[in-house]
Amino acid sequence: MIRDSISAGPMSPEAILAAADGLDPALFEPAAFDASAGERGGYSNYSYWRSTARGFLKNKVALFFLVLLVALLAFTFVQPLLPGQKSPTKIHIDPATGMQYRNVEPCAEFWFGTNTIGQDLWARIWSGTRTSLMIGLIVGAVEMIVGIGFGAIWGYVRRLDGVITEIYNVLNNIPTTIVLMLLSYILRPSFKTMVIAMCATGWLGLARFVRNQIVIIRDREYNLASRCLGTPTRRIILKNLLPYLVSVIMLQTALSIPGTIGWEVFLTYIGLGLPVSIPSLGNLVNEGRQIMMSPELRYQLLFPTVVLSMITISFYVLGNAFSDASDPRNHV
Amino acid sequence: MGPTRGGRGQMLKYSVRRLLQSLVTLLIVVSAVFLLMRLLPIEGYFGDGYDKLSESQREAVLQKMGLLDPWYVQLGSFYAGLLRGDLGTSTIYRQDVPVLQVIAPRIPYSMRFGLVAIAIALVAGLAMGVSMAKHKGRAMDKLWTGYVVFVNAVPLAVYLLFIQLYMTELLGLPLLFDKYRPSSWILPALSMSLGSIAGYAMWMRRYMVDELNKDYIRLAMAKGLPRSTIMVRHVMRNAYVPMAQYLPASILMTISGSIYIESLYSIPGMGGLLVDVIQRQDNPMVQGLVLIFSSIGIVGLFLGDLLMALFDPRIKLAKSEASR
Repeated sequence: MIRDSISAGPMSPEAILAAADGLDPALFEPAAFDASAGERGGYSNYSYWRSTARGFLKNKVALFFLVLLVALLAFTFVQPLLPGQKSPTKIHIDPATGMQYRNVEPCAEFWFGTNTIGQDLWARIWSGTRTSLMIGLIVGAVEMIVGIGFGAIWGYVRRLDGVITEIYNVLNNIPTTIVLMLLSYILRPSFKTMVIAMCATGWLGLARFVRNQIVIIRDREYNLASRCLGTPTRRIILKNLLPYLVSVIMLQTALSIPGTIGWEVFLTYIGLGLPVSIPSLGNLVNEGRQIMMSPELRYQLLFPTVVLSMITISFYVLGNAFSDASDPRNHV
Repeated sequence: MGPTRGGRGQMLKYSVRRLLQSLVTLLIVVSAVFLLMRLLPIEGYFGDGYDKLSESQREAVLQKMGLLDPWYVQLGSFYAGLLRGDLGTSTIYRQDVPVLQVIAPRIPYSMRFGLVAIAIALVAGLAMGVSMAKHKGRAMDKLWTGYVVFVNAVPLAVYLLFIQLYMTELLGLPLLFDKYRPSSWILPALSMSLGSIAGYAMWMRRYMVDELNKDYIRLAMAKGLPRSTIMVRHVMRNAYVPMAQYLPASILMTISGSIYIESLYSIPGMGGLLVDVIQRQDNPMVQGLVLIFSSIGIVGLFLGDLLMALFDPRIKLAKSEASR
C-alpha cells in the first residue's frame, strides 16, 4: 500500500485542479447555521423503547410469566369458540335418571367436574375469568386515565398543590376496604357498582406517584437547560418527563388488575359481589368456600383459585419486571 | 436521637398542625359517610316488618327516626348525638339496642388481635428484611422474595382461606375462634400479620442495602471494625427509620385484613360484626362501624406520622413543603 502511494508520486497541480473540477462547488461555500445539524452532533443511537425491551428480555422469569399470561388470556377469550365447550350456566341433567349431575368429580365429560347444582366447572372458570378480567381491565384503564390526569394537574399547577394535597390526605386516611364496602353497600350490587367502587378508590395511589415524579423531575437542571434552550414543551414532556413516568404508570396499572380481582373475591365474600347468576372468579371462590369442609369436594375451590393465582401472579411479576426495565435510571 | 433543641418547638408545631388536620379530616369523613348513608332506600330501616306496616305507620316510624327532616337538620342532630356518645340504634341486628352498646364489648377483641398482629409483623418483618439483605442475591434472599411476591400478588381473600383450611388440619388447631382456647388465637393473629411482614421486610431490605453502600460504613470497614460491630452500632441503630415509615401503611393493612379474618374465624370483634350487619342490611350499625373504622384509620395514621417525625431527625417538618 505504502509503496503504491510512493510510486504514484506527488500529484501534479493539473491533476489536483482536474479532481477539484469534478467536485460540487457548494462544498466551498460558507455553511449557514443549521439547528438540526447541531442536534445531530449529540445524538447517540439510544432508543428508550429498544433499551426497555432489551432489559425486559434479559429477565427470564418475566419472560416465562409473559408466555404464561399471554397463553392464559388468549385461551380465556378463545375458549367459548372452541368445539365441544359447554355453557357456563346450563345445569346438566343425567338423561338416564333425570337427576342433575351434582358434584361430579373431574372426568372426561366434565374436565373440572361439576358444582353443587350440576353446572360445568371448566366452562364456569373461563367464563368467570372473562368477567373478572373485564372488571380488571376497565378499572385499570379508568385508574390510569384519572390517575395520570389528576397527578399531572397536581404536580404542574403549583397553586392547586395545597388544595389537592389536603383532599388526598382526607381520602388516604380511610382504609380502602371501608370505602369499597360502603360504596358497594350504598349502590346495589352489580357489575357497574363494582367497577364504580373500585375506580373511586384506585386512582389515588397512581395520582400521588405521578405527582411526586413530576415534582421531582420538573425542576431538574436538565429540564431547566432544555427550557432555556427553547425546547418546546411537547418535547420536554415526551423526552424528559414521560420516560420517568412510564415505569410508574405501567407498574400501577399492571398491579391494579390483581388488585381488582382480589377486591372482587373479598366483596363477594361479604355478600356485596356480583349476582350469583354471573360466573366470576369471586363467585366461584365463594361457592367453593361454602363446601370446602368436605375434602372430596375441594376441587371446586382449588381449580378456580389456581387459575386466579396464575393470573394475579403473572400480572404482578410482569408489572414489576416491566417497571424495572422501563425505568431510565436502569438504562446504561 | 430525636429532635434537638431547635427541633423541639418545631416538633410541637408540627404535632399541633397534624392534629388539626386529622380533626378536619375526621369531620369531613363523618359528614360524608352520614350523607352517603342517606342515599339508601328507606325500606332498609324497617327490617322484615316493612310489608306489614301501613303507609301512616311507616310515616310515623320515619318521623320518629328523624328521617323525613331535611338533610342538614339530620346532620345537625346526628352531630348532637355524637357529642352525647349516641350513634343511633340498631334496626335489625339487635333491634332497638344502641349501636355503641352492641359494638363496645367487641372492641377489646379487635384491639388485641390488631396490636398483636402489628407486633408480630414488626419483629418477623425486620428479621426477614435483615436476613434478605445479609444474603443478598443468594437462596435465602430469593426465598423470602418469593414469599413477598406471593403475599402481594395472590389476593388476601384467597390465601387466608387456604391457611384456615389446611393449617388447621396440619397443625391440629381449632377451625374457629374460641375465647377459652388460647391455641385458637394463633392462626388469626398470624394471618393478620402476613401482609405487613412482607411490607416491613421489603422496607428493611432496601434500607439495609442502601445503608451498607454508604461512605461511613465503608469507612468503618476500612478502619477494620468487625462486621458485627458495624451492624449493631451503625446499621441496626437507625433501623427504626424504615420501621416508622411503614407503620401507618401496616396499620391500615391490619384493619383491612381484620375485617376478613375476624369474619373467617368467627372472632367476636368489630370486623366480623361489620360483615354481619352488611349482610343483614342494618343501616345504623353499618354507619356506626364505618365511622369507627375510619376514625381508627385516621388516628392510626396520625400516630404513625408523629412517631416517624419523632424518630427520624432527617425529616424536615412544617415549612419544608413550601420550598419545593
